[in-house]
Amino acid sequence: MIANSIPYMVLAFNIQNVLIGGAFVGVLGLVLGVALGIIGKMFFVKVDEREVQVRECLPGNNCGGCGYAGCDGLAAAIAKGEAPVNGCPVANAEAKAKIGEIMGQTVDEADKKVAFVKCSGTCDKTERKYNYYGINDCRKAVMVPGAGDKLCSYGCMGFGSCVDACQFDAIHVVDGVAVVDKEKCVACGKCVSTCPKALIELIPYKAPQAVACSSKDKGKDVRVACKTGCIGCMICTKQCETGAITVTDNLAKIDYEKCNGCGKCAEKCPQKIIVAR
Amino acid sequence: MKELILILIGSALVNNVVLSQFLGLCPFLGVSKKTKTAASMGAAVIFVIMIASAVTYAVHYMILVPLHMEYMQTIVFILVIAALVQMIEMMLKKVSPAIYSALGVYLPLITTNCAVLGVAITNIQDGSTFAESMMNSLGTSVGFLIAIVIMAGIRERLEGNDIPKPFQGMPIVLITAGLMAIAFCGFSGII
Repeated sequence: MIANSIPYMVLAFNIQNVLIGGAFVGVLGLVLGVALGIIGKMFFVKVDEREVQVRECLPGNNCGGCGYAGCDGLAAAIAKGEAPVNGCPVANAEAKAKIGEIMGQTVDEADKKVAFVKCSGTCDKTERKYNYYGINDCRKAVMVPGAGDKLCSYGCMGFGSCVDACQFDAIHVVDGVAVVDKEKCVACGKCVSTCPKALIELIPYKAPQAVACSSKDKGKDVRVACKTGCIGCMICTKQCETGAITVTDNLAKIDYEKCNGCGKCAEKCPQKIIVAR
Repeated sequence: MKELILILIGSALVNNVVLSQFLGLCPFLGVSKKTKTAASMGAAVIFVIMIASAVTYAVHYMILVPLHMEYMQTIVFILVIAALVQMIEMMLKKVSPAIYSALGVYLPLITTNCAVLGVAITNIQDGSTFAESMMNSLGTSVGFLIAIVIMAGIRERLEGNDIPKPFQGMPIVLITAGLMAIAFCGFSGII
């Protein structure tokens, strides 16, 4: 051996020991691998293959909009038949149809919904009653007397807690009021539950008009607080041919089941608070 | 019996695996954001360390010593522990889904936790008997649980605090860990 001719190598390097060691670890690895394989077969847990397929159709954002703990949770529930096949609010119609195909059911095409912020009190329309120097978060600001610094105690405070909640970059604060980008919105409902003033509602994507105000104050008080709020004048209810608009608590409300989208209400609204979308 | 209790206290508090031996730092820093997850991690570590040290003890004295292969200890232990955790996971999934979902993702994470390997090797190096080494394993893993739960508690408190910018995030956590290690030095007198 060459190694033997170099004296100091002899102590450190013994090819036989290295080979034995290598072989030993190799055999051990082989034994463990076989054991793992056998145990894997013995303790095989059957997973519903539909669950895996359904999971592949889901978007994978784990937003929790469906009410289950992430997309895996919903996939398991759909496969078990506990959740409806169109349970995911985020998946598009194509993905839902595919899930329906896997589960052997037809999907009744649910109306696509989007979030809508029922406030239009931008910085130029309403005044501030005091200067708020607290934490920039709606849920903190709503705690101070008067529920935020805007004159209207119902309106959007514009600190953007909903913006933080949105995982899809679909809501932004523009000019002091949150605005939803209806193309990006997937109606997961995160912003709806975040808004401390409950200003955000899920409305049909196709809804032609919407009331952009949440103030339940009387007309006179609304005019003081905001240049554009709903004063409850009832003009819209008289215009509507299908009886889709009702005014309760000094606030107009559109029933989208009945609305035919004629747009007369928006035309006649003196405050321009019924907006075409 | 008195000796076994001393080993338990010694390994849990005096020679705490994280704070004085600096083993298992990765999960200690990584999974200590919430007390609940930290406690699950600690429980999983107790479970794995107990089983792993029993098996490695057997592997050492029943396979390595008769074959005069003690020098292969480290690599064999790594192999055995990794395979063992995998086997346990598969068995739990079938036998006890409740424990499986409680331990969740932490079980496979521990495969590469150096505290597990550290305990197994320390037990052999100290030449302990089986009872002593099991006691040492229990103490060490309970020590890990104590350390990670305290750490998670402190980190939850840190959350809302006004920390200077350079210290935000990991630096303040490492400083906290250092202070905890100093505090744990106070235990050194009890045995």
